[in-house]
Amino acid sequence: MSNVYDQYEMTIGIECHVQLATQTKLFSPADNDSRDAEPNSKTHPIDFGLPGMLPMLNREAIRLAARAGKALNADIAHESRFDRKHYFYPDLPKGYQTTQMYQPIILAGHVDAPLDGGSTVKVRIHHAHLEEDAGKLTHHGEYSLIDLNRAGTPLIEIVSEPDMHSPAEARAYATELYRLMTYAGVTHGDLYHGNMRFDVNLSVAKKDAGELGTRCEVKNLNSFRSVEKAAEYEFMRQVDAIEAGETIVQETRGWSDDTGKTTTQRSKEDAQDYRYMPDPDIPPVVLSDEDINELQIGLPKLPHEYRSELRELGVDTSVVNTVLAQQLYAELVSHVQEREAAAAKRVANWIASKLDVRDEDDVRSVADVNDLLELSAMVDASELSSNAASELFNDLMAGAAEPRRLAEQKNLLQVSDESAIAAIVDAVLADPASSKAIEDIRSGNEKAIGYLVGQVMKQSEGQANPGMAQTLIRERL
Amino acid sequence: MADQIASIVQNVANGSKTARQYVLERIERARSSESYNALLSLTEERALERADMIDTKIVDGEAAGRLAGVPFVVKDNFLAYGAPTTAASKLLENFDAPLQATAVERLEAEGAICIGKANLDAFAHGGSTENSAYGVTKNAHDQTRVAGGSSGGSAVVTALDVVSFALGTDTGGSIRQPAAFNGVYGIKPTYGAVSRYGVVAMASSTDTIGCFASSPRDVETVMQVMAGRDERDMTTIDAVYSNKPRPVKKIGVIKQTMTDDVAPSIRAAVEAQCDAWRQAGCQVDMVDLPMLEYSLAMYYIIVPAEISSNLARYDGIRYGRRAEQAATLAELYGRTRDQGFVTENKRRIMIGSYVLSSGFFDAYYSQAQRARTMLIREFEALFAEYDMLISPTTPTTAFAIGENTDDPVKMYLSDIMTVPASLAGIPALNVPIGHDDAGLPIGLQLIGRYGDDMTLLSQARGMMEATR
Repeated sequence: MSNVYDQYEMTIGIECHVQLATQTKLFSPADNDSRDAEPNSKTHPIDFGLPGMLPMLNREAIRLAARAGKALNADIAHESRFDRKHYFYPDLPKGYQTTQMYQPIILAGHVDAPLDGGSTVKVRIHHAHLEEDAGKLTHHGEYSLIDLNRAGTPLIEIVSEPDMHSPAEARAYATELYRLMTYAGVTHGDLYHGNMRFDVNLSVAKKDAGELGTRCEVKNLNSFRSVEKAAEYEFMRQVDAIEAGETIVQETRGWSDDTGKTTTQRSKEDAQDYRYMPDPDIPPVVLSDEDINELQIGLPKLPHEYRSELRELGVDTSVVNTVLAQQLYAELVSHVQEREAAAAKRVANWIASKLDVRDEDDVRSVADVNDLLELSAMVDASELSSNAASELFNDLMAGAAEPRRLAEQKNLLQVSDESAIAAIVDAVLADPASSKAIEDIRSGNEKAIGYLVGQVMKQSEGQANPGMAQTLIRERL
Repeated sequence: MADQIASIVQNVANGSKTARQYVLERIERARSSESYNALLSLTEERALERADMIDTKIVDGEAAGRLAGVPFVVKDNFLAYGAPTTAASKLLENFDAPLQATAVERLEAEGAICIGKANLDAFAHGGSTENSAYGVTKNAHDQTRVAGGSSGGSAVVTALDVVSFALGTDTGGSIRQPAAFNGVYGIKPTYGAVSRYGVVAMASSTDTIGCFASSPRDVETVMQVMAGRDERDMTTIDAVYSNKPRPVKKIGVIKQTMTDDVAPSIRAAVEAQCDAWRQAGCQVDMVDLPMLEYSLAMYYIIVPAEISSNLARYDGIRYGRRAEQAATLAELYGRTRDQGFVTENKRRIMIGSYVLSSGFFDAYYSQAQRARTMLIREFEALFAEYDMLISPTTPTTAFAIGENTDDPVKMYLSDIMTVPASLAGIPALNVPIGHDDAGLPIGLQLIGRYGDDMTLLSQARGMMEATR
């Protein structure tokens, strides 16, 4: 009998909150970077919801939203508006969250997310809207404390269509979204500090059911891995429940990285009436085509543009994905590629094989383009062994410079001076210990030449060019 | 009463009377008027400090500003230093503002001196100042009658000549109606003319900042200082008080405001004024504003909706009076808001929450906004033909204290004259035009097209000069 899970298909839509990399908050002049700051030290009376305070819309947030829209292949609304979403909670100072319910700034778009195997999943974007974040509550037994540093931080919420059908696709979409938003400079992308948070909506249905099942939403996932794992878990949980004769109820669930499980937070029946209302304090954001173009000027190259460049180099998909994990790497390879394709391919391969870096790692600097071109040229000129080149590559990426001087200092240059190598070859051949190998070669055992080359390398303390040593040995036998 | 501000500024400037003397004199007048319950607090200490600073500047020959030494009063829903900003509520009874409203800042920058804070209906909800948590304000002409509201205290201190001008807010008539009841000038400017920053919000889309004074010239002086764009209020517009007044040849009297429901003495006073204009060569016609009939219905949907939203922040968590001994968060919210708000506040919050509820939003709020657009169109059509519209400011003169408190609908109906201009965002000015048989003031409302505030003041000045 086939696996019961095989009879079901999952359908996934993802809502993603992206914290914008603005200097100040969405509606106040308070500092938007509150990492490790004293509680309530990054607040303005506006964030505090004092009487008489009014929102001052941050134009930089509009600019970043326009750029996010371009990265999402989406149109920007010529007129967008803000609305108030009401609920009472101590982390919400005004008693409402200012968001865009009716006329969001970013309209429909799509993301092509590459999968590991080389194919892509196309995920349509329903819309994306601007909104402010709430503050943070911490509970201490008898009392709770409020920190409003994060209150008013600008977010865009990107709402996808339910176009994903596997945990791997969900992960690929989350990862690509992360790359798009960080490459476009929309967010700092600090996942540890919650700069991007994913809500995964998942339903299951029998493969031939023809309609979707009831969905559950797993909220506040902050890594690609947890997006994937939560989807895996939720799929199995819902299938198990259906197989056990239960009905899936629409609800919000939480995810624990520790237990690897989702748990009920609140069900649809507890859903609040948010009493949405257009915000009368904020005039509509009106943008002409010209305005939009201006806001999008100078958008950095996006992942898919680098991806097609890398494909021209003929490197493996896995290499492409590793290079793209860091915008600085993609940029670096691209800059090298502008000068010399072969060198770029070599650099891409070095990155993939020598650097163990994930998307969420904070890489701040890379090697100089000229240094890498020189390093590659030294390999071409047989001045470096492949091991030595890798070692120097790592050094350069870690901040070192001038590969030739570095190679000299580290004694990594290969000796390609023919007379010097010839002298060593002669000495090795004259050594009685070599006589067996010499005879083997003469009797047709080509492999024995490896022993002799090895001896030459040993005598030269690894600096002889092995290819040249081999040629010289052959000439002499 | 003649223009007062210019003479105070002149006296202070030439040293014939110091700013300190003015402040002491006006505080003395405020103390002797305590029986009216028009002021919630005096800001004496700070006022004297500021007066001394201005006097020093004058002695040193420095520029002290266009309003140097002029004492004034603010409605107690403006964030201002020197005393708590209570909005006449228990919730904010100890709230000391950490910053001042833009309007107050601009007046102070020109040397004006705030000496006290005036009573109002709590959170400006009401038309009689009977909804204050700190007692009723009494009419300047008859202490058994209401001051009107919600800016009742500001109107009364102006009428009693405690100060030459006082600030108020007008959301649906809260300046014009008490100005009419107390016989002073009171302006509701074009929406966005004066920054709302630092003023306790009631209904954001119709809240305006204006003033009371004893002459059109004084109103103009104060508004010119306060008006203009403010980056802290995105709805502010360029200064309309530097616009040139429009010549007024054709005046429309809004038919729906001259019905039998309006007191005969008021209709007679309005008609007398119309005759005066006709004699001066103006064309004065009765005009039709059919949507006026629906104005109250729209107003009492849109405004409570915005109130329910704007008042959501008063939860006792970060500031304001918090209920004691609440066991849960819901109880904390419930008790704080129950104890902190007066009945009228709760009534409006409940209406507002209802009309914004899912399933009702389209039927009430959206429909009201559509009707509002139709009202604006009707005004625009009339202004295509007429330079100015007029109506009585109120259907009756000041009513007796307690007369309407048991009947909120009757109370709301008294706003019928003033609400349309608020919904349309256009300027309107109360001009005192005499008294009824009981000696109570009668007010005429001048309504101008968007941005035409100066036209109204210019007309009012003309009327004042004609009766002199």
